Amino acid sequence: MAVSTAAPGGAGVWGAIWHGVTRSTSGFIGLCIVVGVLLFAFVGPFFVDTHNPTDVTKIWGPITSEHWLGTNHEGKDTFVQLVLGGREPIWVGIVAALITVAIAVALGGVAGYVRGRIDHFLLQLTDITMTIPFIVLMLVVASFYRTASPMVVAFIIGLVTWPYLMRSIRAQVLTLREREFVEAARLQDLGTARILFTEVLPNMAGYIFVNFIIAITNAIYAVVGMYLLGLLPSTAANWGLMIQQAWDNNAFLVPAAAPFLVAPMVMIMLFQIGLVTMTRSLEQALNPRLRDR
Amino acid sequence: MATETAAPPPPPEAGTAAPPPDGAPLSPHLRLWRHYALVKVRKAVVVVFVVANVTFFLGRAMPGDPIDVMAGRLTQGGMSLEEARIIAANSLAYDPDAPLWAQWWDFIVGLVTFDMGMTINRPGFSVAESIAAYLPWTLFSIGAGTLVSITLGLALGMVMAYRRNRLLDHVLSVVASVLGAIPNYLIAMLLVVGGGMYLSWFNPISLRGTLSPGVEPGFNAEFLGDALYHAGLPIFTYVLAIIGTWMLVMKASTTEVLSEDYVTVARARGLRDRRIATSYVGRNAILPLVAQIAISFGTLVGGAIFVEQVLVYKGIGGLLLDAVEYRDYPLLQGLLVVLTTCVVAANLVADLLYSRLDPRIRK
Repeated sequence: MAVSTAAPGGAGVWGAIWHGVTRSTSGFIGLCIVVGVLLFAFVGPFFVDTHNPTDVTKIWGPITSEHWLGTNHEGKDTFVQLVLGGREPIWVGIVAALITVAIAVALGGVAGYVRGRIDHFLLQLTDITMTIPFIVLMLVVASFYRTASPMVVAFIIGLVTWPYLMRSIRAQVLTLREREFVEAARLQDLGTARILFTEVLPNMAGYIFVNFIIAITNAIYAVVGMYLLGLLPSTAANWGLMIQQAWDNNAFLVPAAAPFLVAPMVMIMLFQIGLVTMTRSLEQALNPRLRDR
Repeated sequence: MATETAAPPPPPEAGTAAPPPDGAPLSPHLRLWRHYALVKVRKAVVVVFVVANVTFFLGRAMPGDPIDVMAGRLTQGGMSLEEARIIAANSLAYDPDAPLWAQWWDFIVGLVTFDMGMTINRPGFSVAESIAAYLPWTLFSIGAGTLVSITLGLALGMVMAYRRNRLLDHVLSVVASVLGAIPNYLIAMLLVVGGGMYLSWFNPISLRGTLSPGVEPGFNAEFLGDALYHAGLPIFTYVLAIIGTWMLVMKASTTEVLSEDYVTVARARGLRDRRIATSYVGRNAILPLVAQIAISFGTLVGGAIFVEQVLVYKGIGGLLLDAVEYRDYPLLQGLLVVLTTCVVAANLVADLLYSRLDPRIRK
């Protein structure tokens, strides 16, 4: 068995996940980074003055006690923008990941469990979706929604990034369905949907959770990238938008402008690194074959 | 092997790598493989065809058409909308009244005859010419980046597996995880900010583009040097962005092989460590990774759009963005067909190579 959580059942899964993250130093550091960034982005806004006016006398201002990270090309305070700008990309990442995982689990589960024609069809669909580079798919879909709200963006990302996960979930279901407890459930005539959702999939909960986190990192990569290409509307403060504005205004040529460019980059990198480190530790805990490596 | 996946044959639009022509009587083994190869090639062609159709309709489903876009631009100069539409309709080679099925038929004919026609927004350039002017740069930079990072990544991954749980392994593991987690466009930005501005190792502005002004393509030292000079930053970005994953994957794979019986036997036979590492461990550890190399090439093609945009490298990314922006349907379709063909071809080569290397796959 490639992956199975220690104990089936609700509390066991979360316990296993907690244990998996905290069992190694690097995993724990990753968790701390993630929690730190989340607090910064979601609790931080309550502690700053959200009124952040444009001030033409302070363009690319230096770091002072009044402006902790200087000011940007419009004279707005960089630190305030940084605090306010985390919510959106992180939300988009989480929602997109939920959609990706939901699609992948549903299609992968059905394909792997039911087999036959449906499996064949779903695999073809996956192959084709996978073949179109997802960025390209996103470019085209995003052009429908020039004034896309963050949730629409999350939806678009979720809609185009599921194929890889679908394939690996299908592969897992293929092996799980041959196990005794599934056969027992089949003999009790519990019905396909019930067996799939109460017997097969809960056994992969840990694996699905790891992939949920990985999907968050992919979605954040995609949404920040879309901001960089200028494909999304310029709305409120947003890390991706900050980077794009800084880059388009050649902030890397102005030393005083560096904080406006580098600060959001650092936040995104910290969050991504934290998430990835967490998943590595988690993966090792959930997969006994990896444990002593 | 990495070279083959990194630089697929210049893609014909239909994307069929012909199976090896053998005239002589075949061994059953080879015949089986040929059957497998044929099935795979047929599947690849179907995928390219379906994707081509999907992209055709996706493109047309985008709001607005080339004329709307150009008229929109003209009205910004103070022209009335009707006037602008007439001028746009006259200056663009696009007939907005042609029925969809006729456009689709043109597209399919173009696909089969390898002639995608003229672009709409790049007057005087055919789709093929436009793509040929940009695609090689992207393939070159991605190919070189993949080649270097995979070679280095596999070597480092093996070293890590041999030294696992020692200091070197821990340090490299952290480096690999961190590199793997940072989005590639942020790596590109960090290189520009760090290496270009703070350390002044290079001038990021003069590095932009694919060639310096005045340098003509040709087989001479000046051209090759200049091309490498401009491609250096994108290549280095790709290397850093993907090397981490390969180190970790190779480490896991090598660790698994190291515990196999045949390695123990080879050791017991007193073979030299170097021979065991190259002929016994290395080969078997790389085997399961062949398919992943092809897949990573596919995802890299997508990610290259971001990196090229950030570094202002004139590859396929900018062309694609323009095609979407101006609704240049023929160019957009041509680009998507070529890109998918590259990805499918890379996967096909990996599949065929893999089945050649590992007979267990052919089922």
